[in-house]
Amino acid sequence: MASLNSLHFDILKEIGNIGAGNALTALAKLLGKKVDMKVPAVNLVEFKDIADFLGGPEQRVIGILIQIKGDLNGIMMFLLKDDSAFYLIKAIMMDLAPEEVSDGFSELELSALKEIGNILASSYLGSLAELMHLNIVPSVPFLAIDMANAVLSVPAIEFGKVADRALFIESVFISEMNDISGYFLLIPDLPSFERILSALGVG
Amino acid sequence: MLTRNNMIIVGMADLNATKTPGALTTLGLGSCVGIALYDPFNRVAGLAHIMLPDSTQIQNNSNAAKFADTAAIKLISDMQRLGAKKEHLKAKIAGGAQMFAFTSANESMRIGDRNVEATIRLLKILGIPILARDTGDNYGRTVELYADDGRFLIKTIGHGSRLL
Repeated sequence: MASLNSLHFDILKEIGNIGAGNALTALAKLLGKKVDMKVPAVNLVEFKDIADFLGGPEQRVIGILIQIKGDLNGIMMFLLKDDSAFYLIKAIMMDLAPEEVSDGFSELELSALKEIGNILASSYLGSLAELMHLNIVPSVPFLAIDMANAVLSVPAIEFGKVADRALFIESVFISEMNDISGYFLLIPDLPSFERILSALGVG
Repeated sequence: MLTRNNMIIVGMADLNATKTPGALTTLGLGSCVGIALYDPFNRVAGLAHIMLPDSTQIQNNSNAAKFADTAAIKLISDMQRLGAKKEHLKAKIAGGAQMFAFTSANESMRIGDRNVEATIRLLKILGIPILARDTGDNYGRTVELYADDGRFLIKTIGHGSRLL
């Protein structure tokens, strides 16, 4: 990880761009509205700063996690805050959703969020599999609602086994009405990261 | 050094020690474990936020604070420098949650449990009694350790707070 150069970063950014671009197309279809994406960032983050991009260690966030197996191993995460999750559910479930943002979400709403995470991750990973001719198998989605540091401890620990920093390919999306925003994180393990680079001819 | 409300913030894979009237906090422990050590006679407190159970299983192990085994040893020596005596030390621990309800039996996904088990085993080897613990389950914890009396406050989102 120490030997990452700017070309590597650019390639990983492009991966984030393609993956998130496809996921956003899927999201826009689901929502029936336009969704924009910011330029993705590839960050090597120290563990103590891991939740900064989400608003700090204790910020309550919703994390949907998908384990990746096959030619690539690692974790894909979709992270958003309560208000975004609420509008996302409302946009998709129509009349079935509650009127107010309450402290918690119902089982039905949580299932809907997981399914949205599943659809977005599948689009993200599907486009990468196609691009790199790799076999990528996503798990079922898992969901946690808690402090950002606690949610991100799971990918952080995976990185902790091989490094003192975490590598995040981060893409932020924002819907046209500015009411829904969230983050995609692709977190490949170290061998997969090298496989991505070599699949794209940059070993 | 980062502080909040005059408390020293201990980050992920980090540790620190302080004397009375100081206090230490670590924010949003998930599957990581917070190891709080306290010398009630000299009023010295130490807190580590460890990510992994065992430094000997990992090649990249230069950061002592990342692992239960090496963090405890470094923390004890930092506390001794502030006047603590090893024979006085008592421990309280928190964290080690399973944040996502993984169904697979994949050993690496049980990391919270393994961190807790390793911490308990290690403190036993070091002869440091564990006075209290709040571990496991599926939610995050912020903890605060006060050097004046060794009280250990646990805060959560939606699962209450408690004093150990």
